[in-house]
Amino acid sequence: MAIDIYKINPEFRDIMPKEIIDLEENATWAQNQTKPRGIKEMPDTKEILEEHSLCAGCPEAAALRYVLAALPKPEETIIVNSTGCTSLMFPHIALHTVHSLFGNQNAVATGIKRVLDWRFPDIEKDVVVLAGDGATVDIGLDYTLQSFFRQENITTICFDNEVYANTGGQESGATPKGQVFKMAPLGKKFEKVKMWELATTAGCHYTMNMTASAPKAVAKAVREAILVAREIGPTFLNIYTPCILEIGLSANEGLGEMKDQDKDRFASYKFVSPEAEEFLKKCKAEGKL
Amino acid sequence: MANQGPAYYSPYPTALYEGVLTPPEGKALLLEEVVEEEIAMREIAKQMLTKENATIFPGPQVLYGYNEEAKKKATLIKEMAEVLNAKMIPMYDYRPKYPKIDAEVEINPNHPNLTIWHNNIKAAIFIGVHCHYANVALKMVRCETDCYTIAICGLSGHEDAMATLRDQHSSELEKFIKIAREVKAELKL
Repeated sequence: MAIDIYKINPEFRDIMPKEIIDLEENATWAQNQTKPRGIKEMPDTKEILEEHSLCAGCPEAAALRYVLAALPKPEETIIVNSTGCTSLMFPHIALHTVHSLFGNQNAVATGIKRVLDWRFPDIEKDVVVLAGDGATVDIGLDYTLQSFFRQENITTICFDNEVYANTGGQESGATPKGQVFKMAPLGKKFEKVKMWELATTAGCHYTMNMTASAPKAVAKAVREAILVAREIGPTFLNIYTPCILEIGLSANEGLGEMKDQDKDRFASYKFVSPEAEEFLKKCKAEGKL
Repeated sequence: MANQGPAYYSPYPTALYEGVLTPPEGKALLLEEVVEEEIAMREIAKQMLTKENATIFPGPQVLYGYNEEAKKKATLIKEMAEVLNAKMIPMYDYRPKYPKIDAEVEINPNHPNLTIWHNNIKAAIFIGVHCHYANVALKMVRCETDCYTIAICGLSGHEDAMATLRDQHSSELEKFIKIAREVKAELKL
């Protein structure tokens, strides 16, 4: 039934705008694909996110496109998000999204996932949490970690821009030591919280720290994390998506900043539990990756 | 009661704030009056047949063929548009349009008045729109335009519409089309 919500009744086909007809005919729904979805199809197919209202050149918008292009089964996926810059994009996505209160996104996702498993036992339904560092590492840390402790089958993706960006630039737990922002003029006094290490300790089976500088790498991580979450247990991705406005960069400098940080604070960290590793090998053999 | 709760905070003078409630089961609402369903259907047909640029706004619950009822309703709405000589403009989803909507061919619940202003619509039927968005859209249209709004609702109706029919499924739509044909003949249109 899920894919049917994109099928236009023939009586209304003549009055529907082209972008909606395109969404039905030319988006990469998993049901129509013979091979796993990926970013390679982005130029030729209809994207699930066509427009957004973020700042020009915002790396977060690019990262979200990679995430959406890599979802294994978008028509069976529910994204839970939280207040922040990401919540400006979610209304524009042609998927089911749930906006939770600030910080409690993993608790909301837990409920959704459990009900979906009960309601649709024969269908693989993916629940993906997508929130900023304020919601994941600061205000929602309790909910985030508790969902890992409970081994919930959800994927948590943190778009880490190291600041509360859309409220004017306050420091967050993910802000690096010494960083000065408009609303944090004295500079941060303690170190950045390494959320990816906390996630591993808390029981995540697949944890990564990375930037969004390499689209293919982001897409691969998203796909693997969702597949592991489906079968094994919680997974966590920390993706650096700098707020170019808050750190004083112009629209074309976001990619450069991410590339610089590939070797610094966001040097690649990857943890895969032995059972997840075994499972991913099986997925590869079956052509799911 | 109307002075408390979310309606009290609305910048618009909503119908609820003025003491208008949705009709009871088996009845319909014409402005603030509870009437028999057939009387409301006749009035709706008359308004749609006589007002300038009458338009039907089908929502996602009828635009997409996700079940048999939706497919059946789609056929009936097409027929209804022909009988009422009405244009159709889809409210295909509720995503805010960025940077702006094309008011000529689409309507969005977040700023429905733009489409009504642009097309000079004086009577409109909302059908197949999820209730929470129909409520938002109807409040704005009611306050920002002089359009005669009609809500054909599968649940309990909408007090912010000028006319509302409740519990409308395909069998009720068939009845409405029959009445609309009669009214059209009476008006010699």
